[in-house]
Amino acid sequence: MNIDVQSVTKNFGSFKALNDVSLKIQSGELLALLGPSGSGKTTLLRIIAGLEWPDSGAVRFDGQDALSLSVKERDVGFVFQHYALFRHMNVFDNIAFGLRVRPRRERKPESFIKNKVEQLLELVQIGSLADRYPSQLSGGQRQRVALARALAIEPRVLLLDEPFGALDAKVRKDLRRWLRNLHNELHVTSILVTHDQEEALEVSDRVVVMGNGKIEQVGSPSEVYDNPASAFVHDFIGESVALPIKVDGSLVRIGGRNIGLDTQGVAQGDARLFVRPHDIEIGQLGDNALEGEVLAVRRFGPTHRVDVSVPIDGGKATIEAAVPAGHEPKIGERVGLIPERYRVFAA
Amino acid sequence: MSSLPIAGTRAAPKTVIPGFGITFGLTLAWLGLIVLIPLAGLFLKTFELTFEQFIGIVTSARVLNALKISFGIALAAAAINLVFGFFVVWALTRYEFPGRRLFDAIVDIPFALPTAVAGIALTTLYAPNGWIGSLLEPLGIKVAYTPLGILIALVFIGLPFVVRTVQPVLIDLESELEEAASSLGANRWQVIIKVVIPTLLPSLLTGFALAFARAVGEYGSVIFIAGNLPNISEIAPLLIIIRLEEFRYADATAIAVVMLLASFVLLFAINGLQRWSESRSAAF
Amino acid sequence: MSIATEADVTDFVPETTATTVHVATGTPRPVRTEPAPVRWAIIGIALAFLSIFIVLPLVTVFQQAFARGWDVYAAAITDPDALHAIKLTLTAAVIAVVLNVVFGLVMAWAVAKFEFKGKSFLITLIDLPFSVSPVVAGLIFVLLFGAQGFFGSWFIDHDIKIIFALPGIVLATVFVTFPFVARELIPLMQEQGTAEEEAAISLGASGWSTFFRVTLPNVKWALLYGVLLCNARAMGEFGAVSVVSGHVRGETNTMPLHIEILYNEYQFSASFAVASLLAFLALVTLVLKTVLENRLSETRR
Repeated sequence: MNIDVQSVTKNFGSFKALNDVSLKIQSGELLALLGPSGSGKTTLLRIIAGLEWPDSGAVRFDGQDALSLSVKERDVGFVFQHYALFRHMNVFDNIAFGLRVRPRRERKPESFIKNKVEQLLELVQIGSLADRYPSQLSGGQRQRVALARALAIEPRVLLLDEPFGALDAKVRKDLRRWLRNLHNELHVTSILVTHDQEEALEVSDRVVVMGNGKIEQVGSPSEVYDNPASAFVHDFIGESVALPIKVDGSLVRIGGRNIGLDTQGVAQGDARLFVRPHDIEIGQLGDNALEGEVLAVRRFGPTHRVDVSVPIDGGKATIEAAVPAGHEPKIGERVGLIPERYRVFAA
Repeated sequence: MSSLPIAGTRAAPKTVIPGFGITFGLTLAWLGLIVLIPLAGLFLKTFELTFEQFIGIVTSARVLNALKISFGIALAAAAINLVFGFFVVWALTRYEFPGRRLFDAIVDIPFALPTAVAGIALTTLYAPNGWIGSLLEPLGIKVAYTPLGILIALVFIGLPFVVRTVQPVLIDLESELEEAASSLGANRWQVIIKVVIPTLLPSLLTGFALAFARAVGEYGSVIFIAGNLPNISEIAPLLIIIRLEEFRYADATAIAVVMLLASFVLLFAINGLQRWSESRSAAF
Repeated sequence: MSIATEADVTDFVPETTATTVHVATGTPRPVRTEPAPVRWAIIGIALAFLSIFIVLPLVTVFQQAFARGWDVYAAAITDPDALHAIKLTLTAAVIAVVLNVVFGLVMAWAVAKFEFKGKSFLITLIDLPFSVSPVVAGLIFVLLFGAQGFFGSWFIDHDIKIIFALPGIVLATVFVTFPFVARELIPLMQEQGTAEEEAAISLGASGWSTFFRVTLPNVKWALLYGVLLCNARAMGEFGAVSVVSGHVRGETNTMPLHIEILYNEYQFSASFAVASLLAFLALVTLVLKTVLENRLSETRR
């Protein structure tokens, strides 16, 4: 099922949670809503689910108005952040819940429900835990139960709110690979909310980066990483160094000095230069280049990290560069810095 | 793009949980019917009196003495409970001794035991021929049928309020707090006076206020042991009943209004204390 | 939540198992306790206080009840007036408990599952009857429904008895027990939030079925706890009922009022016999309360 979010705005009191957000979700894709807390991603997910209503705008499922449908009528499978498992029911009854509360004439016989639940237990690989209660399960197992429970009603769309947020790092990695494989198997349209960029980039087909109630960029994981569309995205995804610069005609100046970089079409005036540490190379001193004094050198996995102090307007900034082991400069040395890849955004 | 109106015909609900209208409406109706309208009736009744009449009733010697006895002895009882309740809480939560769980459970007896039963039991116990009364008699101490008897009854009914309010806070008290104070060189006495008690203060005061509020209005456990001599051992609730039996409704109402206003003040004080207590414990 | 697993603990083997090293360790001086004499003094004070103020009165009730033998005891509690008082007490308590359960659930649902302005004020109002003197509680219903009350003449004209009859006793009892059920449910339901209800509704459950299948099972121990306390207070209420009942023996006397009358007539053994029934009820209540508290702390974990 494809989902069309049109100009959705939602305020909580004076706080703008969503500001004129539009988004198209393709049938069968796994989409990640990525952003810091307060960016509006969970609100958007809850509006799509029918747990929350927008102040204005529209949401369409396959072209049909979804806002006039209650959450029950939308056929969505929602996986809650803290799972919201029914604590007084065992795993089996939790998963069967959605099938058992159907109106009598639509309800399938108990033998069908039993079959279905057993299939789901196999699918999420917790077949042996059917009689356990939520309190007896590990975080990862709860997560699988929550997913199976959401899938039991054969939803048209699967919505996951920070599905791995409450798990420790190792389990989180295993589970998200498993979720990706499960999606490849089932191909149900899925939307996942996360603040963890690694998770979003690894799992999803497309990433929607959100900030301050607006969509900053939509694209494939490599698009948003390699070609950030805004300063916000560059800053939020991956490591970034940001420097205040001035665009002067076709020149980029830092601390008054021309550093020989392209303005990337940014207009005259104050701007910011973004570069990732591993895109900076240590080079020779010379005219028209960025240079500074080495403050510190740290071992950082297979590479070294070098802190270089660079004079800027009215002070100094520290730039962090990643340097292969064996090529690191000495502390106190003056070095040139060459950004291999960088982005300039108007301030 | 300009913002679209919400598509669809249904009004947007604030939440998907159903039943707000009906349950909120029923809540107000039930609250109004059982609590608010009857209480409003009490105030309405006092308006049948002129202000001078009202003041005249509540400042007459017998009423004033009854109020003094009710409030004064309730205050003393709450203070006794504050001190001894603290010892009880401390012993029950910090020490292991045989029968600890049993003693912990019986703290709730005054909650569960009907006040009339407590009243006759205490009276029998403290009467001159009772188990405790016969021991006090040679010392010249009379408890039953004196104001001292009222104090005993009010200590009895107030105790669990202090214990049950302070106990959970003491249990949750972080051990790091005391360990830090000790590591900084405080001796045990200083740790308790400067760290533990200030941390427990909001809950101690809340327990005190709850015990006081309960004691002020208490009737059943008091009237058997009090002796009920006007101006000496006659509590305000009893005077209300006496006036009612004399069909002096206005007098009864006036005393009741004074007591009700006092309980409003106490209720808001207790609410404030509890909020203070919560904000204290949530500060970390 | 503890991250250490069993494996972490059992895998840990001290490195110095081969040789035992003797080190002078000194006497351990735990930080969070007091010297033994202080400890015993505090325990002594606490237990003496509890014994004098709580244990002795309780023992007195049973001692006095049986002081003149089993026959006097049996006669006292099988006396027709006593039996009638027991029946009336049970009737009033059952009605009060049922009303408080129904409206307690309604009020807790409205307060705990929704956000609205003035919520904390509403909770204060629900708690209000706790701080009203029982005698005042009785008085307000006399003022409303008594012969000289606001609605008194209307009820007399229509031959409906409220004061000095069962309805008055029930009203007074409901008033004094008003907050018991709601105040047990509200904090728990607030703590549990609405996620499970939202999950149920998103899975297609109706409002009723969400309530009965999800909400109610989650609060059942708290509800029972509230019922228990409500019942204890309803059966034992004295002041409020005393004002509205009229003390008509064999008609409007509840158990506590019957105890008072017997006591004032110097029938001490009979009085304590009936009192022992209520004291026994109090003990049962305490036992059940302890059981329920354990259940409650389990469900909260």
